[in-house]
Amino acid sequence: MSAGAYVRGWLDERFGWEQLVYPLRKKTVPLHRLSYWYFLGGITLFLFGIQVCTGILLLLYYRPSANEAFESVKYISTQVQFGWLVRSIHSWSANLMVFTAFAHMFSVLFLRAYRKPRELTWVSGVVLLFLALGFGFSGYLLPWNTLAFFATKVGTDVAGQVPLVGHWILIFLRGGEEVTGATLTRFFGFHVAVLPGIATVFIALHLGLVQKFGISVPPRVEQEWREKPEARREMKFFPNFLLREMVAWYIGLGALAALAAIYPWELGAKADPFAPAPAGIKPEWYFLFAFQTLKLVPSKILSLDGEVLGILAFGLVGGLWLFLPFLEPRRFNRGYRVLTGAGAFALTYIAAMTVYGWVAR
Amino acid sequence: MKKLIIRTIACMLLLTAAGYAADKNTCIDCHSEMDKPYQVTAAEFSQNIHAQKGLTCTSCHGGDASSDSDAMSRRAGFRGHIDRKQVPELCGSCHSDAAKMRQYNPSLRTDQLSQYRTSVHGKNLAKGDTHVAVCTDCHGIHDIRPASDPRSNVHPLNVANTCKRCHADADYMKDYKIPHDQFAGYTASVHYKALTEGGDLSAPTCTTCHGNHGAAPPGLTTVENVCATCHVFQAQLFQQSPHEKAFAAMGTGGCITCHSNHRITHPTDTMIGVTAAAVCTNCHAAGDAGLKTAQDISLDLAKLDKAIGDSRDILDRASHSGMEVSDPQLELAQAGDALTKARVSVHSASSEVVSQNTAAGMKIAAKTQQAGVDAMKAREYRRKGLLVSLLTILIAVGGLSMVIRSMERGNAQG
Repeated sequence: MSAGAYVRGWLDERFGWEQLVYPLRKKTVPLHRLSYWYFLGGITLFLFGIQVCTGILLLLYYRPSANEAFESVKYISTQVQFGWLVRSIHSWSANLMVFTAFAHMFSVLFLRAYRKPRELTWVSGVVLLFLALGFGFSGYLLPWNTLAFFATKVGTDVAGQVPLVGHWILIFLRGGEEVTGATLTRFFGFHVAVLPGIATVFIALHLGLVQKFGISVPPRVEQEWREKPEARREMKFFPNFLLREMVAWYIGLGALAALAAIYPWELGAKADPFAPAPAGIKPEWYFLFAFQTLKLVPSKILSLDGEVLGILAFGLVGGLWLFLPFLEPRRFNRGYRVLTGAGAFALTYIAAMTVYGWVAR
Repeated sequence: MKKLIIRTIACMLLLTAAGYAADKNTCIDCHSEMDKPYQVTAAEFSQNIHAQKGLTCTSCHGGDASSDSDAMSRRAGFRGHIDRKQVPELCGSCHSDAAKMRQYNPSLRTDQLSQYRTSVHGKNLAKGDTHVAVCTDCHGIHDIRPASDPRSNVHPLNVANTCKRCHADADYMKDYKIPHDQFAGYTASVHYKALTEGGDLSAPTCTTCHGNHGAAPPGLTTVENVCATCHVFQAQLFQQSPHEKAFAAMGTGGCITCHSNHRITHPTDTMIGVTAAAVCTNCHAAGDAGLKTAQDISLDLAKLDKAIGDSRDILDRASHSGMEVSDPQLELAQAGDALTKARVSVHSASSEVVSQNTAAGMKIAAKTQQAGVDAMKAREYRRKGLLVSLLTILIAVGGLSMVIRSMERGNAQG
């Protein structure tokens, strides 16, 4: 008996291993011309795993206080063996994870994988995307450098504009009226405890729902398969699809290694709360579209504050986006086109405003 | 009751009329209608610091501005046009009176008139030369503003233009037998750039060195000593150098012998040495000890400058490659400080003093250079590591692909 078979037998005897992994063995992945989009979710999960591992390593040296944060990150980057690599991979994989999460979301939207019965899978996925943005926002401040300091100031100022509860949110986020060491400690708590805890629950829910409902087949492919049943093809999730997914993970790991080695994440200058904000300060790329939009909104719209209206509009769109599957018009034929059109518009808008924000002074 | 109302109304009318008479300014009423140079408008006069402090036309010109009949009456003390010769005395009647000035501006000096009398302007005026500047030529007449007001003729940014009005006018200055190229020289100077381009209002302008009312700035005996008020270290080193006595013997003055007086350009290392551009060759001849010292100093400065440049280059390259070199970059700034100190110590005319400073800078530059070299080596190490990692990943991907293919081929056959 091989060692593997012995271990499996041992686990089966005690925990009913075969019963546990049975759903995985039975799970299949539809095989068609658009199957490659299925890899995006797995790549996002892989990058999240990288985040967790590198984040834990960074925690060994990072010190979350205004006096020590910058110095500790500098120490990690210059003195700790491979510290620069760990920090660079953490930063790059965070950005790639946000990118793949966005790509995964739009692929789900355009392939209409949110359809009944997978509405809650969509909702949990969008919550995870929002959490990823929260991870990005809270983690950006942690090196306590000039750019991060002022980006956080601007970001929390925006949150403070929300009518009625804005000031409360601002105080809650900053731990006071201004961005200080209290903000840093708070963001550290969000980044390493609160958000990971919530994210773990939602990842488990998301994966559980994927497991429960299986992988969605695009309606057009489904139609083709109905008309031509012999064209229906699928592969086993384990090991066939998982091995392919691993190939994608390896490629992602290679890209991460190349980015980290050739473009190590820079540290910048230590934050000085008394210094003026540097000219042309911008948030991280995934907030640029919102930032640029708020910059373009007129200060007054029908005697109402333009920025407040912009923030409310983003809040409304975010809320609608969360419950998108429930908004698909079902009364008329091809009502899904409304959502597909909205998705295409959102994608174009985000891409265009991001580029505009990037090149704008 | 009716009587009380009538009396109240009458009192109110009388008070209104009295207030109107007090506010009335017959000078402005007429002069605002006149043509230049007699025109003075209410708007113009309201900008005057004196008007803002509550003084009126009559404070200088006498008369009674509230009365149509006595406005220009000699009985009311009307003086009319103030003769140029009398201007300093008239201004000094208030500005030299400490008790009076305390009411308006306690921090303002009250020695302007006494200082003015020591100046060339004051002395010539006393001799009857009315061509020279009096208070109003610089400060204005009816539009006098405080020197801190950027619109004032005597604001630091405007002083040179104010002096230029006379001193750059060859025709006007022809009787005084002094050059009239000061403004042209000054506007090409490092001081003018610092003032106008750098926005440093403390940078020297004409009055900083020549004094504003007196012949020299307060506390100084002659204009030749003025550079030392800002360039303290240079002056101290110069006083200990062999140049001090030599320049005094030559009668060429101190600082201006090498730096000129108005056209003071940014000093460069080429000013010292044995080349034609070096000021040393103006006095020293080939083969003399002074020129040998100049050469040694020049070589020392050039060596440190190059070492700093090389170090900066490699650190910049490392930084652009994403290497964290902020500490050596910061340290390199200290080598820059040593170079600045060495450049200042040039005023000692001693190669030993200069080399002490350059040696300290060279030590730092060598250390930061090594940090740059190490950073570049680390960069190469990272890239080699990346290559190995990518090859490993490629092999793993290839292996996985083979496993998938063989497994699926087996399944298809099975």
